[in-house]
Amino acid sequence: MTSYPDWWKLLFGRFTLEAIPYHEPILIGTFAAVALGGLVLVALITRFKLWGYLWHEWFTSVDHKKIGVMYMILGVVMLLRGFADALMMRGQQAIAFAGNEGYLPPHHYDQIFTAHGVIMIFFVAMPFVTGLMNYVVPLQIGARDVAFPFLNNFSFWMTVGGAVLIMASLFIGEFAKVGWLAYPPLSGAAYSPGVGMDYYLWGLQIAGIGTTLSGVNLIATIVKMRAPGMDMMKMPVFTWTSLCTNVLIVATFPILAATLALLTLDRYVGTNFFTNDLGGNPMMYVNLIWIWGHPEVYILILPIFGVYSEVASTFCGKRLFGYTSMVYATVVITILSYLVWLHHFFTMGSGASVNSFFGITTMIISIPTGAKIFNWLFTMYRGRIRFELPMMWLLAFMITFVIGGMTGVMLAVPPADFVLHNSLFLIAHFHNVIIGGVVFGVFAGIAYWFPKAFGFKLDRFWGLLSFWFWVIGFYVAFMPLYILGLMGVTRRLSRFEDPSLQIWFVIAAAGALLIALGILCFLIQIGVSILRREQLRDTTGDPWDGRTLEWSTSSPPPAYNFAFTPIVHDLDAWADMKKRGYSRPLAGFRPIHMPRNTGAGVIIAGLATICGFALIWYIWWLAALSFVGVLAAVIIHTFNYDRDFNIPADEVVQAEDARTQLLGRA
Amino acid sequence: MSASQTPAEAHGHDHDGHDSHGAAHGSLRGYITGFLLSVVLTAIPFWLVMNDVLGNSTLTAIVIMLFAAVQIIVHMVYFLHMNGRSEGGWIMLALIFTIIVVAIALAGSLWVMFHLNTNMMPDMHRM
Repeated sequence: MTSYPDWWKLLFGRFTLEAIPYHEPILIGTFAAVALGGLVLVALITRFKLWGYLWHEWFTSVDHKKIGVMYMILGVVMLLRGFADALMMRGQQAIAFAGNEGYLPPHHYDQIFTAHGVIMIFFVAMPFVTGLMNYVVPLQIGARDVAFPFLNNFSFWMTVGGAVLIMASLFIGEFAKVGWLAYPPLSGAAYSPGVGMDYYLWGLQIAGIGTTLSGVNLIATIVKMRAPGMDMMKMPVFTWTSLCTNVLIVATFPILAATLALLTLDRYVGTNFFTNDLGGNPMMYVNLIWIWGHPEVYILILPIFGVYSEVASTFCGKRLFGYTSMVYATVVITILSYLVWLHHFFTMGSGASVNSFFGITTMIISIPTGAKIFNWLFTMYRGRIRFELPMMWLLAFMITFVIGGMTGVMLAVPPADFVLHNSLFLIAHFHNVIIGGVVFGVFAGIAYWFPKAFGFKLDRFWGLLSFWFWVIGFYVAFMPLYILGLMGVTRRLSRFEDPSLQIWFVIAAAGALLIALGILCFLIQIGVSILRREQLRDTTGDPWDGRTLEWSTSSPPPAYNFAFTPIVHDLDAWADMKKRGYSRPLAGFRPIHMPRNTGAGVIIAGLATICGFALIWYIWWLAALSFVGVLAAVIIHTFNYDRDFNIPADEVVQAEDARTQLLGRA
Repeated sequence: MSASQTPAEAHGHDHDGHDSHGAAHGSLRGYITGFLLSVVLTAIPFWLVMNDVLGNSTLTAIVIMLFAAVQIIVHMVYFLHMNGRSEGGWIMLALIFTIIVVAIALAGSLWVMFHLNTNMMPDMHRM
């Protein structure tokens, strides 16, 4: 560092050539693979002249359907990164016993477990959930797009910006070594002086802006843009759970932003909110971050409960049992999720009265959740169950999630938590509910809505293979962690002394490999389905005999979703329309008013990402420049009055006639 | 840039939402009332602090907080035109929800941190 002249520091901040980890063979190998893959991708896109197509049809698109698909792609890409981290941890823990150091040095291992948590929550689960909501909600409520289409595009690119920063930390500098929620004082300037913690802060801050804005967008969409006749208690359950989730997002993400901003001030300008000195209090950070953090897990699971509800009623061929109780359970969970945050730090020393209050509220949450499980069971009771892929995921979820819920109630008992906290039991518990709940549900949702998005079903054979690898792999990977946790093994350890524990870690690593096969089969499933798309083609737009409005339009839906806004008379509007012998209007089409694509979202989010990068490396001139750039781009965008256009009636007629012919053939 | 038909359009209302479902409009009288109230509500706390009227800084802080809360309500009513009927009651519902969440977060944090401090840092009080 000392050998670098002043002009270098002025130009590049604290970036030095030593920050490139060329002495770490694992990272260099990864970088070579990523760079090679990236080059091949760029070459292919250039070879087939797809840049224009990608830019005009996808990157700048304000169509909620395309943005939804892009969110899902982001989720899959980041899942591969997050899962690679998981495999590395499992590999390290399986061999690092009794003097064997393993292959990961501690500082690398610590970055990996931090990156794994951050990526899996913020850049895998969140994009998946947001992607599903983005794609499905406007279709379910009979709308043509979300309330603020440009904002939707911008939100997506901010999420990508955060992901880019986190990924960049792999090859430029380092990532945080502090665990996924970055408790101070460890994450403060004194104990984490490097750039890793700043990658964490700015990555999450930028992605968080995107998440908050997409929450605002979807609330406005659901509240203001429902088809006529769809009052609140006629909304599909997925739309209900999406509404509650977005309310949670809007109410809690500002808390995360504020908490991270305070920590940023501690690190950048020397304030003492969360230090040990001068009246600062690190425990306040833990308190604040969990006021966001606990609702966050409900942000992930609530929409997935909605997915399961849609899947249950569709594949059992009947109305969802207890629709009203399902809605009330969702709303109750939304409120209660604000009243339990302290169960994440029972052992910090709040004392008996505080711990009892939060222990009891935590146990109360299992009541509405249990009611939901019974609703799905009673929906299946006497239903004509079709064991299609989404239904399989639902069944696996119900069994797995109940186990995870029970261990959750165990952890909710404060005295038990004093024994179990910070152990692998906790790790097993939350993977049990997040994989068994969120991940299984995302796969159910992908299998369920894929034919809507692309016009052909997913291949069943590879889907079943992926399903069984995932489910069995999950149990093999995480049941040993329950046992280890009960034996007192704590989390985040990179090496162990007691060789009798090793067998359990080896079993867990084998489970992780099974899950890897599950992911591989999922990717093969997508590839095979694209190759076999003609055999898997669905021309009806309603391959599953669906019950909600998204199945009433073609697959994939036209840009305008519905030529005429549907009128809703009953819950499960499409099932009701089919029952009453609905006939598609064939004439009288009018021009349709639609928002125009714009590149402003990519540009503003790109500048924000550059600003974040500059702030991480103390490159102040670049930070100032890109920040001014963000403001300028926003102001210029407000003067863009060319924001909408009309799809001419002729085009609508053509699209609808093509569908009429398809339906005639089917 | 409404992307598609909003429910209001579908019911044949005009595009700008100038109807009973939309937000209420301000009047000059309303703005002036709001402005005067804000000035008074700001001036009193200044007076309380500068002349040390109450003679007790804790009490003064509490009174200032109360004035701040009233000030928030004045802004919402006179400048943001909120009432129980705007947007079909959604604004009111959102406000109540916000207040509940903020109250939970503030009261909960105070409660939790008070107990943490008492249990974990007993020396702090003797220093």
